[in-house]
Parts: sequence; C-alpha cells; structure tokens
Amino acid sequence: MSIDAEPLTRERVLDAYRTVLRARALDDRRFVLNRAGKLAFIISPRGHEVAQVAAIAALEPGRDRFCLYYRNFAAALACGFTAEELMLSAFARDADPSSGGRQTPGNFGSRRRGIVIGSSAVGPQIPKAAGIGLALKWKGEGALCYVSFGEGATSQGDFHEGLNFAAIHHCPVIFFCENNHWAISVPQRLQVAGPGVAERAAAYGIPGVRVRGDDFFAVHAVVREAARRARAGEGPTLIEAEVLRLQSHSTDDDQRAYRDAAELAAEAARDPIPRMRDALIDRGWLSADDDAGLRDHVNREVERATEAAEMAPDPDPASLGRHVYADA
Amino acid sequence: MPERTLVQAVRDALYEEMERDDRVCVLGEDVGLKGGVFKATEGLQQRFGAQRVLDTPLAESSIAAVAQGLALEGFLPVAEMQFADYSYPAFNQIVNEIAKVRYRSNGDFSCPLVIRAPTGGGVRGALYHSQSPEAFYCHVPGLKVVLPSTPADAKGLLKAAIRDPDPVIFLEPKKLYRAERQEVAEGEAAMRPLGSALVVRGGVDVTAVTYGYMRAVTTQAAARLSQDGIEVEIIDLRTLRPWDVEACVRSIEKTGRVAVIYEANRTGGFGAEVAAELAERCFASLDAPVSRIASPDVPAMPFSPSLEHAFMLNPDKVADGLRRVARY
Repeated sequence: MSIDAEPLTRERVLDAYRTVLRARALDDRRFVLNRAGKLAFIISPRGHEVAQVAAIAALEPGRDRFCLYYRNFAAALACGFTAEELMLSAFARDADPSSGGRQTPGNFGSRRRGIVIGSSAVGPQIPKAAGIGLALKWKGEGALCYVSFGEGATSQGDFHEGLNFAAIHHCPVIFFCENNHWAISVPQRLQVAGPGVAERAAAYGIPGVRVRGDDFFAVHAVVREAARRARAGEGPTLIEAEVLRLQSHSTDDDQRAYRDAAELAAEAARDPIPRMRDALIDRGWLSADDDAGLRDHVNREVERATEAAEMAPDPDPASLGRHVYADA
Repeated sequence: MPERTLVQAVRDALYEEMERDDRVCVLGEDVGLKGGVFKATEGLQQRFGAQRVLDTPLAESSIAAVAQGLALEGFLPVAEMQFADYSYPAFNQIVNEIAKVRYRSNGDFSCPLVIRAPTGGGVRGALYHSQSPEAFYCHVPGLKVVLPSTPADAKGLLKAAIRDPDPVIFLEPKKLYRAERQEVAEGEAAMRPLGSALVVRGGVDVTAVTYGYMRAVTTQAAARLSQDGIEVEIIDLRTLRPWDVEACVRSIEKTGRVAVIYEANRTGGFGAEVAAELAERCFASLDAPVSRIASPDVPAMPFSPSLEHAFMLNPDKVADGLRRVARY
C-alpha cells in the first residue's frame, strides 16, 4: 500500500500538526530577525500553513515532484526541509540547500527531494509542472507533480497554458491554488473574474474543487482524491483552497495601509492553527498538555536552527561565477 | 556523402540524434504530421511516433515551459518556435526560468534543451516573420546561442547543441533553408563543436566578422572588393554565445581593420558587442575604427519589396562599408 492510500492515523496528523507549528514558530522568529535588521526579506505563510501541510501530507515526498511558490514555507517543511535549512536560506548562507544564498528565501529547491527549484516570477511554474507531468506520464512510474500558486498567478497566461496542456495530455498534475484573496494590495474582485478559480477547471474538462483551507481533513481528502486520479491516469485536478493572508505580502509591505482594520482583526481571530488544534482535541488525539509540549519542542528547534544558521558562513565571493554553465 | 539543403540538414540532425538517444524528443506547433512549416521535422513523427514528436497547442510560453519540464526529468527536448519573432511569449520562460535553473539552484538542477527557431529576413516575411532577435538571447548568461550558415554547420552544431548540458537557442536563417546544397557527413563525422568560428575566406586588408545569411552577402561583397585590390578575410562566428573571440583577434592582428556585419538593426545588436570586445582587445593592432555594418533602426523588415530591399543589407552596402574601413 502506498503512503497516499494509508488512512490518516493520529500519528501522521500529529506529525503534520508539528510541521504547522514549526512553520509558524520559524516564521515568527524570522520576523523578529527581520525587524532586528538581520534578515533582508521574507514572505510569510501565516494563515496558509494548515492548507499547505494538509496537501503535502496527502502526497509522497521523495516520489512525487513539487513546484512550490514563494509562500510555501510550511509546504517546504512538509516536503522534508529542516528548520535549520530554511533558516540558512533566510540568512542567505552558503549552506542554504535551495540556492546557496543566491535566491530570496521562498524559492525552494532540492533535487533529491523532488522539489523543483522555483524562481520569484509569478506563474511560470504552472506550465512547467505540465511538462514535468508529461515526463512522469511517459515514465509511467505513478509519480505526480504538485504545483501551487496564489490566486494572483491565475491571471497570468501561463495559468491557462499550463492547465490547457496538462488537460489535453491527461498529465498527472495537481494544480493547487492558495486563494488568500489578496495579491499584494489588489483584492480578488479586481483580480479574478467570475465566482473564483475552481470554476475555471470546467473549461478544461477537468475537476475543479473549492475547499476551506483551514480544514486540515477537508484539504487532505481533496488532495488525496486528486492524487488518486493523477496516479490512475485520469489527469489533472484544479484545487482552490480558500485561506487567509494573516501577514502582509512580504516584509516590504504593510497591509494595514490598504486593508480594513476591522477585517484584519476578524481574520486574525480565524487563525487556522487554533482551529486545527481544537479539531485534534475534539478527536481526542491531542491534549492541552500535548500541545504545550509540542510548542516547547518546536521553539527549542527554532532556537537551535537560528543559532546554527546565524553562525554559518556566507557564500565565498569567488563563487559568484559558478554554475552559470556546466563547465564553470 | 549525401547533398543536403540547410533545412534537410536540420532534419537529419534531429533524425540521427533521435535514433541515437531515445531521450531526445521534439515538440512545437505543426511539427508532427505536417513536419513543420519549413519541413524541418518532416517524417519524424512517422518514424518516432506522436509522443516523441509532439504537436503542441499554439502557445509558445508553454512550449518552452513543457520542454523545461521534460529536461528537468531527464529527457532531451528540442522545441521549435515556428518563427523567432514568436519566441517572445516564451521570453520569461527562457530568460527567467530555463537560463537560470543551474545558477539559481547552485548547480543542483540543470536544463539541457534546445529551442530551434527560423530567423532573419529576405523572404517577403514582413515585420513578423523576418526578425533577427539573437541579441536578446546572447545577452543572457546561462544560454548558448548558435546561428549556422551552411548545411554542414547546421547539422553538426545542432547535434552538438542536443548533446550540450546547457540550454541552447538554435537560430536557423530561413533565407538559407533551401539556398544551396552541400555534401553533409553522417553520424559522428558530422559533429561540429559549439563556440568555434571559421575563417571562410582569407585576406590581408580587412577582417569581416559575420554570421548567418550575412556570410553569403559578405562573401559576394568580398569578391567585388577583390577586383579593386582589397582582400577581405571573412570569419563566420557560427556560435554567438560563447563566441570565438580569439579567432577574430588573430585575424585583426594580421589585417589591422575590422567590420562586423549583421542582419539585425544596428543599435544594441549582437554585432555591437562583438565590435566593443574587439575594440578593447585589439586597440593596439587597429589602423581604423571598428565598424558596424547592420540594418537600419526601424522596428522590423517591411513587406513591400521596395521597403524590404531598402532594409536588407546586400553585397553593395556591405562592400561600401568594407571599402570605407579598408581605406580609412
């Protein structure tokens, strides 16, 4: 039985919850370090963590391919990056496994983990994932390609080109849109015509599913079904997970300048992490003491990761010209 | 050895490389049953099937993106852009994604692929089937750019491009597709290394550095100048990035004079880079200013024969330019 077909056991869900907590604690620490002038730039996953980790938990890191986007900090952890590795990336250190300090943190890549190196451009990973999906279909090993993006990326021509191509060729691709309703300062009503993103799937003859991104079990179930379809040769699925952007677009943005204060306060009260915790407590899978213990554990992990990354060396300036071509 | 036109040589290179290595595949608009609008892929789908010779939707960004996805998964795709003029929708994929994969992943990923496109004018193609956009791609570290001018070079360089570990933009002068037949070697004997220029005519008075269709024009101009006692040494660059600076320097040390002849419009053309580099390298050897002989700075080549003729360089214009350099 492959991992994706396994039932969601308490152990697996608690592991996912620990990843969610790890993402939040690391992100909080990154903000402190940014305000202290130690980190130049970060993009927060705050509000997206549960949806991201639930989606990856339904897939098979190590077997599948992942084309992540810059807000996929929690997804990167779920795919196998460690806290220390992501801190190395935040500090742009030489040992940053994604790019050796060349890219801004948020461009995740690791060939051995199947995480396809991203760029900071919005949307180009979508048709790229169609091509990877085509290759995986040709290989016939049952692997799939997961690609994620915000609703802003759905305005790009690459969104259409990628979905069109993947649908024509029944590529094993999961298109996962994390709709937080804001692309920097532009709200969904000025970004997305029609009711939303999921409905667009109909035009390509593929399933389009909208799901609450704060519901771990709902997201997991939707992605698991998309994965089943992909592995069975039934083609791609478009998923729209509705999430909240509980932080500004990036550390160079302040959403209080263009968003209503009451709305921001209301959204902060709908943070998906306490909802996930409560759902686990309701199932009897977690106690308040367990929760406190997990948070302590994660905080110590963040402490160690930060110390290690802060002390790690910067890239050697002499390496600037390396890896432009194969022979240099 | 069989006699081949340039476009037949391109087709032969694809055929041989697909026979040799089953990772090689071809994709683009109309490359399948039709065999391409210029017949560069004629018979390939019949021989290798509709998977390895894939008709794509009419969407250049996804052609480049899908090729990239295939390359990231270990295939060796050769994507066709129907005309170089139509490669611009794929510009972001080529420049931001494909060219930077190796660098931005610090060497973890690579993207070996070829993007072929017919280039240049003189065929009544007008504004949108005549452009010479090589300078855009030559400006991009991470890309290699090839622009052959003979059937044998086209075949040998395309075979080398397909085997190259880095992405190659392969521009084919459409004016030369059927201009001449030449004996072309088969198999390994046909190989030509990237990055090597060729002295195609010896001379002592002035060096003419050129490439593509302008090689033929310059050769005719040189024959006229020879009647006036001016002997032109012609260098066909063949590969534009990396280009063979040393071959040009050696020639200029002999002649003391150089003009760069290119079909694109003058300002910011690739020949401007060649001129700048040679001015720096050869200052002490030069008896005349480094000169550019190029097309006028109008947006593109018009349709009307009178305007097309006014745009295009011809042997008269090139001879005039070379004579000025020789007599400076």
